[in-house]
Amino acid sequence: MGAVPEKRFSMPKPSRGRTADSSHPEPMGTPDSPRIALVTTARKAPPWYRTVFTLDNGFRGLMTLAALCVLGIVGLIVSELMQRSSLAWHAFGLKFFVGSQWDPVSGSFGAVPFLYGTLVSSLIALVIAVPLAIAVAVFVTEMCPKPLRKPIAYSTELLAAIPSVIYGLWAMFVLVPLFRVYVEPWCMKYLGWSGLFEGPPFGIGMLTAGTVLAIMIIPIISSITREVLSVVPQHQREAALALGATRWEMIRVAVLSNARAGIVGAIILGLGRALGETIAVTMVIGNTPQIAKSLLAPGYTMASVIANEFAEAPDDLYRSALMEVGLALFLVTILVNILAGLMVWTVTRGNPARSHAQ
Amino acid sequence: MPSKFVQLRRQVTDRFFTGLAAGLSVVVIGALVAIFAYLVLRGAGSLNWAFFTQIQKPVGESGGGMANGIVGSIMILVIASCMGVPLGIGAGVYLAEFGRGRLGRLVRFTADVLNGVPSIVIGMVAWGLVVVRQKHFSAFAGGVALAIMMIPTVTRATEEMLLLVPQSVREAAFGLGIPQWRTTLSITLPSARAGILTGVMLAFARIAGETAPLLFTAFGNQFWNLSPGQPIAAMPLQIYTYALSPYDEWHRQAWAGALVLVLLIVGTTTLVRFVFLRRMLGGAR
Repeated sequence: MGAVPEKRFSMPKPSRGRTADSSHPEPMGTPDSPRIALVTTARKAPPWYRTVFTLDNGFRGLMTLAALCVLGIVGLIVSELMQRSSLAWHAFGLKFFVGSQWDPVSGSFGAVPFLYGTLVSSLIALVIAVPLAIAVAVFVTEMCPKPLRKPIAYSTELLAAIPSVIYGLWAMFVLVPLFRVYVEPWCMKYLGWSGLFEGPPFGIGMLTAGTVLAIMIIPIISSITREVLSVVPQHQREAALALGATRWEMIRVAVLSNARAGIVGAIILGLGRALGETIAVTMVIGNTPQIAKSLLAPGYTMASVIANEFAEAPDDLYRSALMEVGLALFLVTILVNILAGLMVWTVTRGNPARSHAQ
Repeated sequence: MPSKFVQLRRQVTDRFFTGLAAGLSVVVIGALVAIFAYLVLRGAGSLNWAFFTQIQKPVGESGGGMANGIVGSIMILVIASCMGVPLGIGAGVYLAEFGRGRLGRLVRFTADVLNGVPSIVIGMVAWGLVVVRQKHFSAFAGGVALAIMMIPTVTRATEEMLLLVPQSVREAAFGLGIPQWRTTLSITLPSARAGILTGVMLAFARIAGETAPLLFTAFGNQFWNLSPGQPIAAMPLQIYTYALSPYDEWHRQAWAGALVLVLLIVGTTTLVRFVFLRRMLGGAR
């Protein structure tokens, strides 16, 4: 349904200059009689600007402009980040991403502790969130009695509506004491052999940050998994049941295996969210630029170093180094999100769960 | 014929996984309940009239409130909506009515990319675009950052809702000789109104609690400010600073603020879900 193509020769209009609207192309399918057209051209063919600057074209132009703004914004984000990080890029080059020294006083910047912190906290989050999120999705779509379905789905979505800062607040005052007194000593006692749980249990640190992140990404993973499971054709389930499968066997054989790529996509999308999450992590991770083997030790993430240090950065090189961290964070999340989008798309493509036409 | 043992094993496996899924679901809902319970428990006690009418008292004195943060948040949100909503709806109309070609696909993809950009990065960009040029932090810069976050949500919601309007309605309008701009403005958009409003309010709820993009744009302010050109307080920022402070009194304020913020956001989301969305999709399904 594109715009009706403009015709150079239009039918004579009863009154001439009533509104700009009247110079509008005639309804589709009006027979073009060349004789009338010739006569009208001679007398009052609208001048060229009236056929170009119609309200229809104007409206279309305005909407296109809005759409181009979306492109423009992403362009601005990229150019702004690149421009403002160029100083650090010229000073350190690729060494920025292999150096582990973050010392603003002596002006040496290496981003490895932050890359490590972001990666580890996000991985902890995935390890905790994935089983929970998939269990909720499977339970809601396949197992639970109908009247419970909507309330459970709704309450997981409610988790997504809570702002990051409130997760942070809750984690600081509830999760941190809980971890310090119960969870971390327990981990040290029973999982200490792995070497991942050593050192004093502060409560704040990678493990706590990962746990908060996990609660925050459960709704995303589980709602997309639900979407993916709901497009698995019903006859697949029926076929499995008809062969005598129990419900769990049906879910394993017919549902989960069909939706595998989509579920992986949902997990990667959750990862994308975890990588960029800022405030809640900043409040509980301890903000120490170090690479510790122990998960109980405090760390630092890319997002939280920006949040803590950017506003107070005194010189251009420092600020530019933080911008470069931001650029790296931007690129990583974008790549992760695109990959995830592709994977979800391979499953939902034929019958989109949400109504994207085309 | 399968042996009794195999039968039993399959039965037990089935029960085990059903129980596991149910148990893990309970854990997730338990986390939700725990968060809300703490918010109400600790927030409700510190919530009083002063919270809504006074600004922060100096350290050591009790009392005071977040009035300046509430007003600041409203101001930033209004600025953001004024920029983000028209742009988002415009781009959504473009995608639904004209966006069949390559440009449409590119814009759709870009909107999805923009949706995934970490909020802290958007804050940095808004800092570069506005704060550097103005040479100081301002409410306007905060508004710009939040507007950027709003646009992709509004765009995709508008597009989806416009596509739910049956094609025959548009064809009927064209058949009557109504030009396209008139069809869109007077027929298609009004029939999708409830759905678009839903999208806008969800976007609003999402940015209302954002802290990271405001850290170096709106920056926060201990005092009253009503000028969009000056640093301004905002509720999420105040909750953040109060939570990190060592004072019990400020912690109480943070919990009260958190409760108000969550009630606002969850209230909006719930309202939208049960009132508008049902009205919109009721006819379409």
